[in-house]
Amino acid sequence: MRLVVPLQGVVQGRGGLIFGSLIPCALFYFLQLYLKRHRSPNSQSNPPSPSASTQNLAEMSRTSSRSNLLSRGSIGPVRISSLATSICKPNESPYYIGLDKASEDPYDRIGNPDGVIQLGLSENRLCFDLIEKWMLENLNDSIRGREGGDLSISGIASYQPLDGTMELKMAMAGFLSRIMGGAVSFEPSQIVLTAGATPAIETLCFCLADHGNAFLVPTPYYPGFDRDMRWRTGVELIPVHCRSTDNFVLSISALDQAFNQTRKHGTKIRGILLSNPANPVGNLLSREMLCDLLDFAREKNIHIISDEIFAGSIYGNEEFVSIADVVDSEDFDKSRVHIVYGLSKDLSLPGFRVGMIYSFNENVLAAARKLTRFSSISAPTQRLLVSMLSDTRFIEEYMVTNKKRIRNMRDLFVAGLEGLGIRCADSSAGLYCWADMSKLIPSYGEKGELELWDKLLNVAKINMTPGSACHCIEPGWFRCCFTTLDKEDIPVVMERIRKVADTRTSRS
Amino acid sequence: MTQTRYYPTRSPEPEKEKTGGGGGGGGGTAMRVIVPLQGVVQGRGGLVLGSIIPCALFYFLQFYLKRNRDDPDDQNESSSPPQNPTTPSPSSEQLTELPALTRSLSRPLLSPRNPSGPIPISGRVSGIVKGAESPYYIGLRRIKEDPYDELDNPNGVIQLGLAENKLSLDLVKDWLAEHANEAILGNGKELSICGIATYQPFDGLMELKVAVAGFMSQVIEKAVTFNPSQIVLTAGATPAIEILSFCLADTGNAFLVPTPCYPGFDRDLKWRTGVEIIHVPCRSADNFNLSITALDISFNQAKKRGLKVRGIIISNPSNPVGNILSRETLYSLLDFAREKNIHIVSNEIFAGSTHGNEEFVSMAEIIEPEDIDRKRVHIVYGLSEDLCLPGFRVGVIYSLNEDVLAAAKKLTRFSAISAPTQRLLISMLSDSRFVQTFIRANRERLQRMYVQFVAGLEKMGIKSIRSGGGFYCWADMSGLISSYSERGEVELWDRLLNIGKVNVTPGSCCHCIEPGWFRFCVAILTEKDIPVVMDRIQKVLKPAN
Repeated sequence: MRLVVPLQGVVQGRGGLIFGSLIPCALFYFLQLYLKRHRSPNSQSNPPSPSASTQNLAEMSRTSSRSNLLSRGSIGPVRISSLATSICKPNESPYYIGLDKASEDPYDRIGNPDGVIQLGLSENRLCFDLIEKWMLENLNDSIRGREGGDLSISGIASYQPLDGTMELKMAMAGFLSRIMGGAVSFEPSQIVLTAGATPAIETLCFCLADHGNAFLVPTPYYPGFDRDMRWRTGVELIPVHCRSTDNFVLSISALDQAFNQTRKHGTKIRGILLSNPANPVGNLLSREMLCDLLDFAREKNIHIISDEIFAGSIYGNEEFVSIADVVDSEDFDKSRVHIVYGLSKDLSLPGFRVGMIYSFNENVLAAARKLTRFSSISAPTQRLLVSMLSDTRFIEEYMVTNKKRIRNMRDLFVAGLEGLGIRCADSSAGLYCWADMSKLIPSYGEKGELELWDKLLNVAKINMTPGSACHCIEPGWFRCCFTTLDKEDIPVVMERIRKVADTRTSRS
Repeated sequence: MTQTRYYPTRSPEPEKEKTGGGGGGGGGTAMRVIVPLQGVVQGRGGLVLGSIIPCALFYFLQFYLKRNRDDPDDQNESSSPPQNPTTPSPSSEQLTELPALTRSLSRPLLSPRNPSGPIPISGRVSGIVKGAESPYYIGLRRIKEDPYDELDNPNGVIQLGLAENKLSLDLVKDWLAEHANEAILGNGKELSICGIATYQPFDGLMELKVAVAGFMSQVIEKAVTFNPSQIVLTAGATPAIEILSFCLADTGNAFLVPTPCYPGFDRDLKWRTGVEIIHVPCRSADNFNLSITALDISFNQAKKRGLKVRGIIISNPSNPVGNILSRETLYSLLDFAREKNIHIVSNEIFAGSTHGNEEFVSMAEIIEPEDIDRKRVHIVYGLSEDLCLPGFRVGVIYSLNEDVLAAAKKLTRFSAISAPTQRLLISMLSDSRFVQTFIRANRERLQRMYVQFVAGLEKMGIKSIRSGGGFYCWADMSGLISSYSERGEVELWDRLLNIGKVNVTPGSCCHCIEPGWFRFCVAILTEKDIPVVMDRIQKVLKPAN
């Protein structure tokens, strides 16, 4: 940037009069006009300016304001913030429209056989029987305290540390290393607990990025990120596209390209947001890839948020590698690594709203701890979870059964889809099938995809998440959550999809 | 259009006339347009005003821009050289092979350079991390380290700084002991795990909203009904206030807050929203009652500073003073809000903890459903204070503005209440016999504690403002501070904490404009503690007397 010295034209006598004098003067003039304009409404609203002494003013200003109001016309409606204005409208994304529709008219084999089958909500209902059994046996003791007799009420009624009780942090740390096969140990003091993984992600976003900064996010990604990361923080998400030819595996070169392009637009990138295991695809990041990502992050001096909420829902033979494991075993800069976890998926307890941040960065932890005042977990729930997670026999049994059941459901579901000629991406974790239905879409584009989604929802009465809601660059992919189903439901789902598929083929 | 008038004098009077009625209420703020270069063109004076000033401004503006632009460049530039050699040009088909390549390339490139320093965190939270701690939080921490216990730790610090009610905890305890199990899991017979484990509406179960609405009407002891569909539940009153702040104001806007106020507002309202607080000082001469004039003055001053005021936040009954706003004041507030076209957020979290004879009037009672002003009134409530359950984290937004409700509902995804807790509360609040007994007993106990505490203070010659509600005694110790200033006040606070071992909240934390006022939370004590507290205070005061 070249500095234009004002008045230099005049002083030095050579040219530059316009640059040096006229332009700044003109700008100044317009600035004044602008200021003047913006101030005048203010001054009009102030006629009853108070000048009398403070003692007897209360009544004075009141009467004067009343009469003033009568003489003036009524004012427009009171303004709300631009955030509220933009989000108070009804949902427009198919993801949320589908969810709403399915919750209005939910399918039930006996009660409502014509209802909408929910494949859009990521919930695991396969192991409720185990949790129910545990609760029946232990609920009493866990909330009241072990002794049963003397209820230590102040432990749940009074203020607790807003970032979670130490007991629960320790239980969570133990639970996490257990589901990761004991490969990693987690330090309870590096844990911050929040009311769900959603606020965990938002809190991290507040801590790592300022308004207008950006995060790189490999696509297809979880549709909720658009709300969690952006709404209140004002941060942007830059999609980094992954393709079906690579089975939607992330590539560093794509990251690099996206990084450079964004930089060119003048946006500062503060980090990468990963899902590992990936939502919706269900593949895992390899150790090698994690190393590359850490290198990339160091090179660009950015953070990595790794959302590992499905870490315990692995059903394939592939080994899950947490980024915590990688930074432990090799010499990486830990302070840029932050992990998000929650009990909504692996322990099937989304209603409990328990999420956590695991970070190696002291400053981030300190800030996040303070921000939990806006999102802390209810004390009775913490109590309950401390005993549940410490019951190793239960947890062990639960993990084994849960994996087996997810795997069975997945095999059945994928086989069913294959019977219809629909292929799914290879996956080894999570609660979803990522299905390629591009053969069924009327036109190869987002419009075609949404038409199919609409038909599935309104004609076949199945709510799936279209790939476009996950920012998938290739049209025709759909995310189906199969863990909300019973085995008996699968033929019904397949039959309904077949109907839609048939109308398509018979027409063409 | 430019060659209009030029006044060599700067006196405000002619300016006012000239700008044709645009004269500001504060007086003297009217703007005069300085026509650039007019001095040069018209040949009479004004060279300075017309040319040099704008040119100088422009010059500095360039400096400023240059400086601010350098910053990101520098940071990103330092890391950019190594990435150029690795920039991928091949087509996307071959990309899968590249990661290994980038890795081998980037590693050697990195080693010669120094690592680019510690990774920065966001600017907005670095202030939160670093920020000097106020006495309020220092005191709370001291308590955590060394809490008083009559038997186990009789020399520990006595907590009078936290807003917590332990007077009626036994009632809650009895109820929980009897009912907790079936409350969470249903009636024991038909257990509904689906009702607690699965996703529930983030803004709260309808059953709980109905129960909370009923509880609120019961607490107010009047025929005010709350419509459950206008309730949004959050994980505590703190996020309720923050969500309202997000919904009502943009970054850089402001709220008027009468002081002394709740110390947590500085965090709840400002941290993440970027909203400013404008304190409206109330004085001891008025018993710290809010005056519309003071509001008006603050409003105008804020406007002059270029701040957009989006609302007033009041606490009723007030925290820390314990004042109850009269019906008349509420009407005047509403008039004021209407005149300025701003919102009113009424924090009524102590509505059920009134203990005098004064009548409590909720904002919900003032506002009629058809009133056009209903859209500007929002009420915050919670169960932490009135039901002694801060650990449960249950807050309430009650609003008659559909847009605000819709937005707040969506924002509860960041702050939802755990389902087991909701189930527990549904049965607790639906147990009307329990609720009635609790409210009555709680009021009585609060009243008794308050009276005893005030009497104890009076014996030492410490006066306090008569409170009508809340857990606090707002006491005037200005006669006891070494110098009449914030410093003197903090000194006394320090002596109380470290010598007397009582943690109280100094008025400066509540942004009280007059030094020497202290907030004592009485509801956290037992009756046996009162003489101990008085002794300790006495001990601190003696040297000063």
